[in-house]
Amino acid sequence: MNTLIVRTAIKILTPLFLIFSVYLLFRGHNEPGGGFIGGLIAAMPLTFHAMIYGARETKKMFKINTMVLIALGLLISASSGLVSIFEGQPFMSSLWADFYLPIFGKPGTPIMFDIGVYILVVGIVLRITLNLSEE
Amino acid sequence: MLLIVLIGYICALLVPVIAKALGRSHGYLIALVPLGVFVYLSTYFNRIVEGEVISRQYNWVPSLDVNFTFQLDGLSLFFGLLISFFGFLIFVYAAAYMKGYKESDKFFMYLLIFMASMLGLVMSSNLIALFIFWELTSFSSYLLIGFSHNAKTSRNAALQAFLVTASGGLALLAGFIILGEVTQTYELVEILSIHERVIDHPYYLAIVILILLGAFTKSAQFPFHFWLPNAMAAPTPVSAYLHSATMVKAGIYLIARFNPTLGGTEIWQFTLMIAGGITMLLGAILAIQHTDLKKILAYTTISALGILVLMLGAGTSLAIQSAMVFLLAHALYKGALFLITGNIDKQTGSRDVLELSGLYKFMPFTGVAAFLACFSMAGVLPFFGFIGKELIYEAALHATVQHIALLVAVIVSGVAFVAIAIEIGYGLFIQNISFSERNYKEAPVAMLVAPVTLAVLGLVFGLFAGVLVQPLLTQVSNVVGNEDLPLELHFWHGFNLVLMLSLLTLLLGTALFFVRKGIRKIPLHLDYLYNHGPTAWYDGLLQLIKRFARLQTSYFQNGYLRNYIAVIVAFFSFMLASVLWQFDLKIFPVANFDIDNVRFYEVIILAFTLVAVFVFFKTRSRLTSIVTMGVVGYAVAIIFIFFGAPDVAITQFLIETLTVVLFVLILHKLPPLRFYPLKSFQNGLYIIISIGFGLLMTSVLLLVTEHPMVSGLKAYFAENTYILGKGKNAVNVILVDFRALDTMGEISVLAIAAIGIVALLKLKLVKGKMK
Repeated sequence: MNTLIVRTAIKILTPLFLIFSVYLLFRGHNEPGGGFIGGLIAAMPLTFHAMIYGARETKKMFKINTMVLIALGLLISASSGLVSIFEGQPFMSSLWADFYLPIFGKPGTPIMFDIGVYILVVGIVLRITLNLSEE
Repeated sequence: MLLIVLIGYICALLVPVIAKALGRSHGYLIALVPLGVFVYLSTYFNRIVEGEVISRQYNWVPSLDVNFTFQLDGLSLFFGLLISFFGFLIFVYAAAYMKGYKESDKFFMYLLIFMASMLGLVMSSNLIALFIFWELTSFSSYLLIGFSHNAKTSRNAALQAFLVTASGGLALLAGFIILGEVTQTYELVEILSIHERVIDHPYYLAIVILILLGAFTKSAQFPFHFWLPNAMAAPTPVSAYLHSATMVKAGIYLIARFNPTLGGTEIWQFTLMIAGGITMLLGAILAIQHTDLKKILAYTTISALGILVLMLGAGTSLAIQSAMVFLLAHALYKGALFLITGNIDKQTGSRDVLELSGLYKFMPFTGVAAFLACFSMAGVLPFFGFIGKELIYEAALHATVQHIALLVAVIVSGVAFVAIAIEIGYGLFIQNISFSERNYKEAPVAMLVAPVTLAVLGLVFGLFAGVLVQPLLTQVSNVVGNEDLPLELHFWHGFNLVLMLSLLTLLLGTALFFVRKGIRKIPLHLDYLYNHGPTAWYDGLLQLIKRFARLQTSYFQNGYLRNYIAVIVAFFSFMLASVLWQFDLKIFPVANFDIDNVRFYEVIILAFTLVAVFVFFKTRSRLTSIVTMGVVGYAVAIIFIFFGAPDVAITQFLIETLTVVLFVLILHKLPPLRFYPLKSFQNGLYIIISIGFGLLMTSVLLLVTEHPMVSGLKAYFAENTYILGKGKNAVNVILVDFRALDTMGEISVLAIAAIGIVALLKLKLVKGKMK
């Protein structure tokens, strides 16, 4: 596993994977993709990194507390549902801003929800892989 | 109004960040939150006092009639002001008190969650919303009691308090749902308008019992009182705030809130009076027997809660007024006394009344606060506690039923209160039994502000009761009694019977103080009762539940994975079969099966799958089985692509890949694969279960194709994905918009599963026993 080719490849591929995962996350509303798929793809290079360099090295490099990611993802998703209550609409009614952002589209609560899912999935996959490879 | 409830939760989330930025003194800044709430609520004071009711509704799940309906009337404003004002003082106090503790940011976080939940509880007039805030107070109380989670006693106390109050909470929910079914609404205002129908309904008794169970567990009424003294394991600010001034009063609030709706009947009155009366006397007797200052205060709190329930049960307008006045008086002096206990504990390291004396020399300010609070507790003229006690005596004298018994009971508890007040005020601070040369320091200023303020308020409210307290409490009593009656508060009523009774109480109390040592020595043959009382019932029930859990776990989850799967599959097949049987569906509809429709590439995928499955059964190697399962997974993903579900297919591909990667990660750490031979009858059983399941699933799939789904869903999603969901990918729009609640549930499950996996991986089992 631990060959020069793989070591170098993972360094180059990691940012690509991450960018692609964010792309998938935002395109999800109109084309195949979305938070869950995006999150899985974002977690993959880190998983490979842990396979090659060992979990400790990965933790040192990315400095993320996976439990915080999981909690943060849940918090973002849940609070996206709360926004509508302030507007007098039932819990989890979708709301959109009335302006467009380039690439991004109309910002609204569904995408906020999906971002939460994305972060949560990244957190869970990393938590499991890092823990498994740590032992 | 929604914001004023939610602000506590929002700030609670920010506490760790603030704590990191400010370091140790963050408590003082956070104290601004309850202060802000207090100021905001005060702006409504004038309007509420004039009898106005302010309500505001926010939709939550309107289809189920569950909404955030907030209503501010006399009763909720009174509690709201109490909660926020005490909150402010307690936060300031705790900021100094908690300095020695680790993770004090978490403490303030829990305390803020509690305060917000309490505010939500008293302001909600939708039953379901009220219930949710109710449970949140139990939950935050659990976190706070168990704050020193390294100590086993505080963990146990937290669990006990939680189990008792939360099971009461479930009873409350059941009561609310029955009430909702009877009245067809969860809005309290609407229920109030048709309350005669509720009282005449055959389910009335069930409603009353269930709702009172909720109130009694929360307010520590007999026989659920035992959790409160144990809850004193919490840090002292918590005891003062939750277990004396606010949370335990939530039950009283509930009874008061429902008095106009459910009250007025004999069952209501007598249940309350009996439970309240027993609790009141029991608390008073047990308080005298204890020597730990916090335990003494806990039992007097139980006794005071008993008085409140008793008075609400007596039900006359005078009794209700007296209950509300006493509630305020009790909150003021008991809050102060708890904080004084905290000061003494912190400065001397002891809470035992037998070890402490002559503290006034060392702690003059704490001492003055203690004197004032004790005067109020004993009911000495002109303190506010005196007015409360006078009103209670008067209400007992004029009660419609059993007034002699009532009066005697009330006086007995009053006598105990006086004795304890003297014990604390005189015994701890003035009386000087020198044990050895000691030198204590006065508590820091921040820990003096709160007790002194509360104690002084006890005097000020007493002197100017007519101006300061009367307007709001008039409204409160009117809401509870559901009638408009004036309330007049004076500390001087002239020489009358009630004053004589007050004097008698003081005299008897003083006498009791001098003979208390004798009383403590008499075990009163109570040991038998202690050993067979409610605490023992609680322990027994808990053991029983644990034993049952162990039994069924060892049966269903005996450590063999195949057994788990067999049970799940067999149960699922049973459910499927019963549905098929119930609707009398043909088991094998073959009419619609057309072999010509099958495409060539589908056959290839199928062949791959079959070969993989065959190899899987034959192999004895772990790696081969994982790879073959991977093949099956990919084949399924390809089928998803054929039938136009790219999102599902991508997810399936990713998951399959990840599974293999994860497996590779741990492959070399796994123990060698061993096969545990099956007994032949087990083998037969598993074969029957597998074949049955396969047949059932095949038949279900065929059935699905035979009866095309007649539902508007597909058309609805096709039509509205873009119009309402503003997206073109229907699958994604369903996931994050139309059925986002499902997704929310799923990701919550994922998060919990992650925690479970971590726990399992970190659990290092020592052979034979758990570590």
